[in-house]
Amino acid sequence: MEGKSAVPEIHIKSYFTYVYVWIALLLLLAATIYVARMNFTSFSVLINLLIATVKAGLVLAFFMHMRYEGRFLKGMLLLTLVALTCIIALTFSDVWYR
Amino acid sequence: MQVVEEKRDYTKAKYGMWFFLFTEMLFFGGMFILYSIYRSKYPHDFHLGASQENLLYGSINTAVLLTSSLALAVAVLAVRKGRYRFSIFLQAATVLMGGIFLVIKYLEWSEKISRGIYPNSPVLLRMDVGEIIFFGLYYVMTGIHGLHVFIGMIVISFMVYFTATGDITSENYSKMENTGLYWHFVDIVWIYLFPLFYLIT
Repeated sequence: MEGKSAVPEIHIKSYFTYVYVWIALLLLLAATIYVARMNFTSFSVLINLLIATVKAGLVLAFFMHMRYEGRFLKGMLLLTLVALTCIIALTFSDVWYR
Repeated sequence: MQVVEEKRDYTKAKYGMWFFLFTEMLFFGGMFILYSIYRSKYPHDFHLGASQENLLYGSINTAVLLTSSLALAVAVLAVRKGRYRFSIFLQAATVLMGGIFLVIKYLEWSEKISRGIYPNSPVLLRMDVGEIIFFGLYYVMTGIHGLHVFIGMIVISFMVYFTATGDITSENYSKMENTGLYWHFVDIVWIYLFPLFYLIT
């Protein structure tokens, strides 16, 4: 590239897209508190972690623009998460079968 | 006078920030592993510990942090659209919300400390091993997260200054974008801390 470098395009052009994501996040926050207070089953732990993962996914995809990134960065994120999962699995297998 | 040509690589600046965030994920991940191992070992004590947390403070803080993330996401877009005054307003609002988060955290900690629950306190040492570990992890994890919030507030304050002086523009926004990435990451950490310490009882 010569001279002036081109400014990358803006993927999310409307402020409202962020506002909608924020509303979704607050609804999920309400849902997670509701699930915890209701205390129906031992599944509520799992449900709460799932809700947290959906919230984290929304923040990653929209606020952090991961949805619009290329394969390289998405792959690096996946690699990090896979590495973390492996470390968790190995640590647990060590603790359980010691 | 010599004209200095400036070349920017938006992609590399962003990748650098992301790589730093990947190391942060592994850093916090280590503490989450400790939490889950000890939770599986002392489920009853963790249940008791979590039921002593203040759900109201935790919920308000989650809402505050999510809203601050919205403000900063919009602030980054505003910079890219060239609406600098609007962006400065939102960046300042983000710093303010970070401050509110820390004040609530301060109230929460001081309430616990006044009840005698702090690392190595006589009250805590009379509790079961699992509860001692629970509150130890609580102080370490929310403390390190709080430190990240504090650092984020300082960095965003610099961004307010840079936007005001015209250092950050719609064509030179990498600093601003990377600050946003950092703040959203800190938000994600809290999204997991909240259910683990306040909800899972």
